[in-house]
Amino acid sequence: MGGGHGSSVDRLHLAGDTIIHRLAPHVKIVATFAFVISVAISPRQRVEVFAVAFACVLTLIMVARIPLRVWLARCAVILPFMTMAVLVPFVGGGEQTEVLGVSLSTDGLWAAFNIAAKALIGASASIVLAATTPVTGLLEGFARLRVPRVLISIVAFMIRYLDLLVAQLGRMRTAMVARAHDPRWLWQAKPIASSAGALFVRSYERGERVHQAMLARGYTGVMPDLVEQSRPRSDWWAAIVVPAPVVAVLVLGLL
Amino acid sequence: MAAPPAVPGEGIDDMFDSPAIVAMHAPDGFLEPGVAVVTAVIAVVVTAIGLRRATDELGDRQVPLAGLAAAFIFAAQMFNFPVAAGTTGHLLGGALAAILLGPWVGSLIVTVVVVVQAVLFADGGLTALGYNTINMSIVTAFGGWAAFRLLRRVMPANSAGVVGATALAAGISVVLSSAAFSIEWLFGASAPVAFDTVFGAMVGVHALIGIGEGLISALVIAAVLAARPDLVAGAADLDLADLSRPARVGTRTFVIGAFLSSIVVAAVVSQFAVDNPDGLEKVAEDEGFISSARDHALDSSIFADYATSGVDNATVSLAVAGVAGVLITLAVGYGLLGASRLGRRTQGA
Repeated sequence: MGGGHGSSVDRLHLAGDTIIHRLAPHVKIVATFAFVISVAISPRQRVEVFAVAFACVLTLIMVARIPLRVWLARCAVILPFMTMAVLVPFVGGGEQTEVLGVSLSTDGLWAAFNIAAKALIGASASIVLAATTPVTGLLEGFARLRVPRVLISIVAFMIRYLDLLVAQLGRMRTAMVARAHDPRWLWQAKPIASSAGALFVRSYERGERVHQAMLARGYTGVMPDLVEQSRPRSDWWAAIVVPAPVVAVLVLGLL
Repeated sequence: MAAPPAVPGEGIDDMFDSPAIVAMHAPDGFLEPGVAVVTAVIAVVVTAIGLRRATDELGDRQVPLAGLAAAFIFAAQMFNFPVAAGTTGHLLGGALAAILLGPWVGSLIVTVVVVVQAVLFADGGLTALGYNTINMSIVTAFGGWAAFRLLRRVMPANSAGVVGATALAAGISVVLSSAAFSIEWLFGASAPVAFDTVFGAMVGVHALIGIGEGLISALVIAAVLAARPDLVAGAADLDLADLSRPARVGTRTFVIGAFLSSIVVAAVVSQFAVDNPDGLEKVAEDEGFISSARDHALDSSIFADYATSGVDNATVSLAVAGVAGVLITLAVGYGLLGASRLGRRTQGA
């Protein structure tokens, strides 16, 4: 049903054999969170911390051989907030600084820098994680980190069926366009909303059928364990090395 | 069944090339760390309770049904709806999920969507997961559900009542979500922009987004009621025979609802604005203090200063509140006009 290739969520993962690709997923998750948290708690005036963090992210991207184009394209999700950050110096209060004849809020400029730097570094770290770890690996990693199994199973089902639903959506859209559907205003949205309703009914009924099929295959309410098959390797050093430069610079400045 | 190859540039592949811009997927560092920690704790607790409730309500059907419902919400966020002259918007889906599946399961599945969007698509920061989850799934699902239950009491007990209540509740849920963000901003602002400004802008913009959200959620519920009325948790108390008749959203229903919701929104808006007099100048004075206090974001410096600042600016605040109230009322009215027009079209058909 899914065709020869993996699902489109699976395509977020860029296959590779770098040291970052080979790390155990749960270690990578911990390293990513530790890195992003240490960046998020850094005070905005500590420009050197952000410089080091950005250098770390760039290093990870290079080492993982993630093409710069892919990285930048995936960074586009933070653009709305970047736009907002640009506006802050104009609407912000406090001391004003003259920049090219325009009066800007000093604190607003710092705030803009803070939002932009943290958003860019945080998003880049997530991108490295998703690009170097297959989805099953991530699920397995979160399971190892004691995230409830039920929650992970729900996520796994969601990802497994997302493509199917999106394809169904695409067929509905094609059918509507074939019937000269071209809404331009909100009050013309009814056919699309009705399709969404139909999609919900189909999804729910598919869920019921899947449940029947699972019962027929001996499902007892507990999903088979994802973790057992994983290699018993621990690369905990990575969880320390990745956030270490940022934490070091951050702490050094406090001394 | 061989699925046809995905059309290039359609569906989920868009997410690689062009961003799926979802309102309020805040990035890392958008609110101060204290707020991130507190909201994360709340989000984890609510999700844990939600999981337990989902197990109770769905039993061993939980995994496939919640998984498919989450996939539906994810896909529904990819439906592009026309808004005006070529611009499009899309559903957020928190209130819709709650009305379809109940608030606990609804909020759980939207949380799943929000978390997956952050971890896999970098859409929303990892350290922002706490407040993003609260704003986009917990507040929309529970706020939307509460509004829905309240509205159902004054609406007729038939499918028109359910659809009408959905329209207003889904609209309100988006406004509540923006209000929740503004309140978090009050405690953990990362930029010297006053609460009033953020609140006014967020609520104003989201009142407009709410019109679309309400209209589309209502139409989705109407479509589900027509096909499988038993699947709408929010209509579980009604007779299935009544529900399966097509929904006729009467003008009366909408006028009552419009009146109620505008009063509620106006009351809430003015309340906040009066309690926290205009803060633009105030923040200017406080800024030095805030910068030095940045490491302990929850020492509530901003809040404290707002609460004690003078009443000189109360008139300004009131004016802001008044204008916001009028604008929101107008916006709600405009949305209802569109909705009743649609209702009439349904009646004519």
